[in-house]
Amino acid sequence: MPEQFTQLTSRTFVLPQESIDTDQIIPARFLTTTTRTGLGAKAFYDWRYDASGAPIANQPLNTLDTLDTSETRILVAGDNFACGSSREHAPWALFDYGFRAVISTSIADIFSSNALKNGLLPIVVDAETHARLLADPGGRVGIDLERQELTIGNAPPIKFAVEPFARRCLIEGVDPLGWLTDHLPQIEEFERGHAR
Amino acid sequence: MPPSSSPRTLFDKVWDAHMVIPETADAPGVLYVDLHLVHEVTSPQAFADIDARGLKVRRPDRTFGTLDHSTPTNLERSYVTPEAEAQVSTLERNCAKHGVTLAGWDSGDRGVVHVMAPELGLTQPGTVVVCGDSHTATHGAFGALAFGIGTSEVGHVLATQCLLQRKPKRMRFTVDGQLQPGVSAKDLTLAVIAAIGFGGGSGYVIEYAGDAIRALDMEGRMTLCNMSIEAGARAGMVAPDEKTVAYLRGRRHVPQDEAFERAAEHWLSFVTDSDASFDKELLLDGTFITPMATFGTTPDAAIPIGAAAPTPRSDSERKALAYMRFTANEPTTREPVHVVFVGSCTNGRLSDLRAAADVLRGRKVASGVRMLVVPGSEAVKRDAEAEGLDRVFEAAGAEWRQPGCSMCIAMNGDVVPPGKLAVSTSNRNFEGRQGKGARTILASPATAAASAIAGVLTDPRVFTRELEDA
Repeated sequence: MPEQFTQLTSRTFVLPQESIDTDQIIPARFLTTTTRTGLGAKAFYDWRYDASGAPIANQPLNTLDTLDTSETRILVAGDNFACGSSREHAPWALFDYGFRAVISTSIADIFSSNALKNGLLPIVVDAETHARLLADPGGRVGIDLERQELTIGNAPPIKFAVEPFARRCLIEGVDPLGWLTDHLPQIEEFERGHAR
Repeated sequence: MPPSSSPRTLFDKVWDAHMVIPETADAPGVLYVDLHLVHEVTSPQAFADIDARGLKVRRPDRTFGTLDHSTPTNLERSYVTPEAEAQVSTLERNCAKHGVTLAGWDSGDRGVVHVMAPELGLTQPGTVVVCGDSHTATHGAFGALAFGIGTSEVGHVLATQCLLQRKPKRMRFTVDGQLQPGVSAKDLTLAVIAAIGFGGGSGYVIEYAGDAIRALDMEGRMTLCNMSIEAGARAGMVAPDEKTVAYLRGRRHVPQDEAFERAAEHWLSFVTDSDASFDKELLLDGTFITPMATFGTTPDAAIPIGAAAPTPRSDSERKALAYMRFTANEPTTREPVHVVFVGSCTNGRLSDLRAAADVLRGRKVASGVRMLVVPGSEAVKRDAEAEGLDRVFEAAGAEWRQPGCSMCIAMNGDVVPPGKLAVSTSNRNFEGRQGKGARTILASPATAAASAIAGVLTDPRVFTRELEDA
């Protein structure tokens, strides 16, 4: 069953770089796993550790590594976040690391689709909102998925868009595969008239 | 489905023909999948999902597996890690259990998933093709709607042969004119990605049209469609024509004899109506494209070989240029190249290997350069060896390897060492994509070969007639 998501209030963690690709989020050599779990330790691995596996000093995630991820669950990233591969390992890694939402001015299609199936909410905001978030790392942000509202500090809430079915899955715990299997009679009917 | 009188695009026609349940405001549409390709990396969790629910692979006859990403390309088949080997054996087990055909180690069909399926005639015009791999758009070269999906969705397709999808927007990218001699499909592709921009295709399915696209052979069209995701697009498509039909004729999984002629007639109906409209239109004149190479760490950061690297416009671009160790306003053709890779689902087909061999024939790979040539499939390997390409590569000092994704994704042990500069015919130049700290230049097979000889990024026309004539 998918992870549920309704509301979240958390501090943000900011990675302002643009086009953070899926190979940065989870390097390909860690894709040999056959399970979904434990990838948080490998998230942004090549930003955090050098070739010998020693932690790299003064890299952006140092501060996150020492933060309490129960307090910091929202990643704010530069434009065109998670471009690249279809690997679902990317949202698995971010979720396992502790994130529950990602905010950017644009987020790759396949990543968004994958994230929504794993309890990680992708939120696209306008450039002005994005600039406010980038300017205030560690700021407090509220997310209300029911109302589709984002609240930065004490400012009035901002509406965000989310695909309605994915929203329902996250709030009500609707299972997309279960939903599809419920429609197998229609699928069989379609197949009878569908030549290869 | 709209009335047949309303003009539709190629994409609309394929989409409409696969809508089991149309989308509504509340729910995405249910889209039927004709062909589901699986490989070892993105499928284990999906098989585990359906097993946990007691579900079966609903249409094993529409599901095909191959081993490509984690597989070694050396003759000894020595895996990079026990996990890589376990991943391969997991797919072998899952396919056996569910009755899915697997082009495994003992199969002469095995290959990189997007090289193998077209060769076997599995990819057909007007169909929907999916795979847990973002380069699935490759199959759009045949006028199929083909796109990458995540592992959860792989489970959905295994169990139901369907996906929940909202319809993407429509973009047409027209390339008019004629490519100059010595300019390849990869050069065209890099020019197209640069024109759209890295995220510019987000939310779109792109139809590639125009004289320069029609003039491409099927392998060139596959190279182009393959990299649609590098502009952020869901898929790329080229309308089927006589070249498509000629490519498919006689292949194993297409209808044969009279049934083929009927199928071909049906396939050729998948074209955009003359008055159909697109949400976005872009245009490029192919006449002015020259051999291209990337200078940054995103695939859209491409310039003509020999041109100066542009001045960075942002911190991210500055960081990318610094990572590549290139200098703004200076050409990128002076840095020593250490590794050259010819292969991948972008450029691992026979015509690609021929293009590289034509440049290398009678010449030597420069000292200090390691060159790997990795055929995209067992069939490509056989065909290349039959015409002696392997001997051309080996005589030049390049390594002739076994088929696989190899150094494109660098998860099988074929890696570019830290800090080294690679000229690669693959599709991504992200930081560390080809190995931690690896610096990647994306280019065509001919450019890769020319760069291997010269030891620096080189316009291949230096070694062929074209530049002398120009």
